[in-house]
Amino acid sequence: MLIRKGDSRPLRTEDDVVFSRQAVRSWAVEIGLSLVDQTKLVTAASELARNTVVYGGGGTLTLEQVEDGIRRGIRLVFDDQGPGIPDIERALQDGFTSGGGLGLGLGGARRLVNEFHIDSRPGEGTRITVVKWK
Amino acid sequence: MDRIPILKMGRFLLVTIQVDMHDRLALTLQDDLTERIVKEGARGVLIDISSLEIVDSFIGRVLGNIAAMSRVLDAKTVVTGMQPAVAITLVELGLTLPGVRTALNVERGMELLQGELDREGLATVEADADPQG
Amino acid sequence: MPDGTLLPAVLAEDDGRLLDDWMREQLASASVRRDLMSETELRQQSAEFLGAFGLAVQTGNFRSVDGPEWAPVRDLLASVSRSRALQGFSPSDTAYFIFSLKQPLFTRLAARATPEQLASEAWTASTVLDRLGLYITEVFQKSREEVIARQQEELMELSTPVVKVWEGVVAVPLIGTLDSARTQVVMENLLARIVEYGASVAIIDITGVPTVDTLVAQHLIKTVAAARLMGAECIISGIRPQIAQTIVHLGVVLENVTTKASLADAILVALRATGYTVTRIASRS
Repeated sequence: MLIRKGDSRPLRTEDDVVFSRQAVRSWAVEIGLSLVDQTKLVTAASELARNTVVYGGGGTLTLEQVEDGIRRGIRLVFDDQGPGIPDIERALQDGFTSGGGLGLGLGGARRLVNEFHIDSRPGEGTRITVVKWK
Repeated sequence: MDRIPILKMGRFLLVTIQVDMHDRLALTLQDDLTERIVKEGARGVLIDISSLEIVDSFIGRVLGNIAAMSRVLDAKTVVTGMQPAVAITLVELGLTLPGVRTALNVERGMELLQGELDREGLATVEADADPQG
Repeated sequence: MPDGTLLPAVLAEDDGRLLDDWMREQLASASVRRDLMSETELRQQSAEFLGAFGLAVQTGNFRSVDGPEWAPVRDLLASVSRSRALQGFSPSDTAYFIFSLKQPLFTRLAARATPEQLASEAWTASTVLDRLGLYITEVFQKSREEVIARQQEELMELSTPVVKVWEGVVAVPLIGTLDSARTQVVMENLLARIVEYGASVAIIDITGVPTVDTLVAQHLIKTVAAARLMGAECIISGIRPQIAQTIVHLGVVLENVTTKASLADAILVALRATGYTVTRIASRS
């Protein structure tokens, strides 16, 4: 996969969550994603950015414009050094209103993007990578 | 902006969300609305989101909370003007906004609220008229 | 022997006869397509090209045509190529615009060059024109692809028009086999029209749909859910017995979705929901 351009930004405060939304939106517009796809990506980014700030104790967001053969896309990486996710399978199934569980909404965010990877271990932080192709 | 303005329109309150809200602002709105409902004795709350391009789970929860709290205070909530892209995304996310009525725009939203209030009024009158009560 | 070429001199000192010779080459070939372009237009295109070509060649950079000095030439060729793609020229007809310039150019180079110079001069000129010929062909291909993509989109939209049935009621009659991509286009189109027409009821009629698979059924359900979030209710009408069986068999749940056997029934329900009834006018005697 070719990386055409990349940028990193901090995710420490809730204002950073808002800034991330705006950054992801402008990157999505730049590669010409449809309005619906833009909205899905920015919404997913909002969920994941908030998780990084609130649950992960703060971290970073890396934005990349990627190219894989003929298709172009946006890759987002959410990194934190927080507590990590103990049961990833469960976290992916959690609904938003279900009691118990982390309520991270990861399952929902996954449905909004084309590729979704989690790398997380208790005590070792979390890295979530998502890709939305045009 | 540090607070979202709330307008009084007869027995209803109208809120127009035009900015990309950060979480703090949304929670402030929740508190402000609850206070105003009590203060004005409002029977309905209209939240216009026609300018909102993103509704994520947090905002969704806030809207749901507002509806729930309003109900406790005997007011009904209607969310108006949701953009198609937002609606499609919310469905994909699995967010259903339980307890939240929706309408295409503020005008329809008011008709909806007024209609429900009228029906309620009728029901109360009929109940009073019944000697068996 | 200096490495410079005679090309800049040939173009700079031309008195207009290069254009005439070039026009003669183009008009002599079948590629000229007089049915698509007039001679005047062709002459204008050719003259503009020679002008831009001459300027670019003055900079002395022939190694590639990608640099900024060649930008005006590239832009010109791109617009020639695009318009020819739209007009219906073939790729080789379009490329011939460039290649037909070789002969007139070689003749002039031969007149000025010594026998030792001629081979390398001809080679340089030929290579530059080859590169430009490739460029014009690439743009042509891209333009054609863009046209096809746009036509596909329009076709999808045209085949699923959303009509206004009455004040506040819209209907979209789906016809033909639905695939995932098409259903998504329909969904987005319907939701946009709901906003545009201010509809509070949308009827999705699938009488003309022979089969429905899980993916399509799920898209329909998502459409209904999205419309509801926006403040509009959907009615699905025209569900044939076979489709009903498939839906149940696939385990798709249609709860909270109003369904009606016929479009007519759906319209009645929709009208009632928006506050209208249909009454028969008593016949005049």
